[in-house]
Amino acid sequence: MNADDSVRQFLPKASLEALIAALRDQGYTVLGPRERDGVIALREVHAAADLAHGMHDEQAPGHYRLTADDDQLYFNYVLGADGPKRYLFPAQQRVVQLHVEGQRFVMDAASPAPPKLAFLGVRACELAAIAVQDRVFGADDPRTFRCEAELSYCETRRNAFFVAVNCTRPGGTCFCVSMGTGPKAERGYDLALTELRAGFVVEIGSERGREVAAQLPLRLPTEAELELADIKLAQARHSMGRTLQTDGLRTTLARNIEHPRWDQVAKRCLSCGNCTMVCPTCFCSTVVDSSALDGGSVTRTRLWESCFTHQFSYAHPGPVRHSIRGRYRQWLRHKLSTWWDQFGSSGCVGCGRCITWCPVGIDITEEACAIAATPSQSNSPFAEAWEGEGEAEAAGEVPR
Amino acid sequence: MVSGASEQSGPPARPKLAVYKFSSCDGCQLSLLNLEDELLDLVEAVEIAYFLEARRRVLPPPYDIGLVEGSISTPEEAERIHQIRRDCKFLVAIGACATSGGLQALRNWADVREFTRAVYANPEYIRTLDTASPIAAYTFVDFELRGCPVNAQQLLELLTAVLMGREPKVPRHSVCLECKRRGLPCVLVSNGEPCLGPVTQAGCGALCPGCNRACYGCFGPMEQPNIRSLGRWFSERQERSPRTLKRLMRSYNGYLEPFKQEGDRYEQIEQGQE
Repeated sequence: MNADDSVRQFLPKASLEALIAALRDQGYTVLGPRERDGVIALREVHAAADLAHGMHDEQAPGHYRLTADDDQLYFNYVLGADGPKRYLFPAQQRVVQLHVEGQRFVMDAASPAPPKLAFLGVRACELAAIAVQDRVFGADDPRTFRCEAELSYCETRRNAFFVAVNCTRPGGTCFCVSMGTGPKAERGYDLALTELRAGFVVEIGSERGREVAAQLPLRLPTEAELELADIKLAQARHSMGRTLQTDGLRTTLARNIEHPRWDQVAKRCLSCGNCTMVCPTCFCSTVVDSSALDGGSVTRTRLWESCFTHQFSYAHPGPVRHSIRGRYRQWLRHKLSTWWDQFGSSGCVGCGRCITWCPVGIDITEEACAIAATPSQSNSPFAEAWEGEGEAEAAGEVPR
Repeated sequence: MVSGASEQSGPPARPKLAVYKFSSCDGCQLSLLNLEDELLDLVEAVEIAYFLEARRRVLPPPYDIGLVEGSISTPEEAERIHQIRRDCKFLVAIGACATSGGLQALRNWADVREFTRAVYANPEYIRTLDTASPIAAYTFVDFELRGCPVNAQQLLELLTAVLMGREPKVPRHSVCLECKRRGLPCVLVSNGEPCLGPVTQAGCGALCPGCNRACYGCFGPMEQPNIRSLGRWFSERQERSPRTLKRLMRSYNGYLEPFKQEGDRYEQIEQGQE
């Protein structure tokens, strides 16, 4: 591909162990793909034997199965429901704890130091999703004041080491090529691996990556190995499970607030929130306060929240988005359209998780495509307001 | 707000707690007793005034908080609940039986007299109602806590909230949110199980999916459940029969809407097929 061949190295397969050991020696908790109850999950790995290998995942809308596959390949599957989000932005996190002393509330000890995590086997779409969350949580701009939970994200994020794995066999619900995020990791990694049967073609993405690489038994790859890696990645680009036509989509979705397709998908959508839980860019949370039985202490806990619950949009008269139609529409339009206005990028990275893990197999690419195919222009009282934005986008301007 | 202050001198009296049993298995009362780590704090915070499963001593009413387990299934129960309502300032129905009629509400679709004739040697001694009903069908309840049995931590949150005079934090969304927060594999997507998690109210902490089992809906319907869509998926993709779907709906909360409506609909489809 377009990488400078002079910096590409080769790590023999048996030396994956050395990579894990090197990371652990540097004090990292290594997190990698492990098989758990028939699903690839991101969990701590102590040795290469812990990693899921010789497996293949079959993914389709509302469908996921792991099957036995080429025993010599580690990363012949793509993503499970889990991703780095679980560790950078934990699903449940104590924000603050107070206890009563005399007539006052006193804050308990501060949060523990942020963990030092190394993600092994993270995919290009995940790195793109982390870049999106960086913008959301302000990790890309340390001058901005952020609250407690976001500080926790930023600190964990800064400490984290990423060993990317380029996808050579995309899954049935993948569409990273459409979203411009994969299948090859272009940035955001410390080390990137492309798996061949004999080992990995290694690219170094950062100074930290170079330091770890220096401890590995790397050799120069042969021309055949580099060519094979390039062919595998080129093939991957052409075997995406799904495509999404993104040209003009942002404007089309902005204008089609009252499209009949929203009613059709609302009949299928369960409003269960699975898509938001597995989405690597979804960042919504809620805080729950709890108190001890004697009233002597209170705890505030932050939990992953979903825009598919009533509580999410609850205001004084009740939930603002009181219908499933309204909630699905808000979610899809946020991902593919209004995210641009809010954060200057797409909120979708094409990982396909929301399609696979929807219990009734609703496909974001199919829904967006259905609206783009039959746009019903200007049937919304708000349509006028979007006209200017559409022109800006057409001119290649991205408002921030 | 439940006040524990006493007009008499001396230390302030603790709020009085009463726990009642109607037609039920005692599992929800056991959930309270299973709060082993918190039980000592609990008896510090409230006075156990009436709880026959836990202690013999009974203090006279009125009580500040009343917890009612079980459904109303006999003529005596239908009478007794009214006195309990008068005795308790804040009355909570706990568990699937008390909030939906429970498993025994399956009789509501059948002839209960036929059952008694089949089961008992002398059915004439059995005094029972034709239906098993939730407490709220007979009297006003201040709060309903779902589950079969109720979740002990939710029960504790309820008691804490009532004692503090704040709203109990009881989520109404799907089980899926709890399941995904825990990072559990989805038994529906990855194993083809008919899991009711996407239409069932959270609160259990995704107990069954955590044991690699499908949710069977013991916390009852979530807010605005789309049961029709999930049922269509089970029928078309998992090839489940209308009879299976009817039985999925008609379990611990089968008589609670909209589970009841969907269960009845599958029964009609099933009968249409015969």
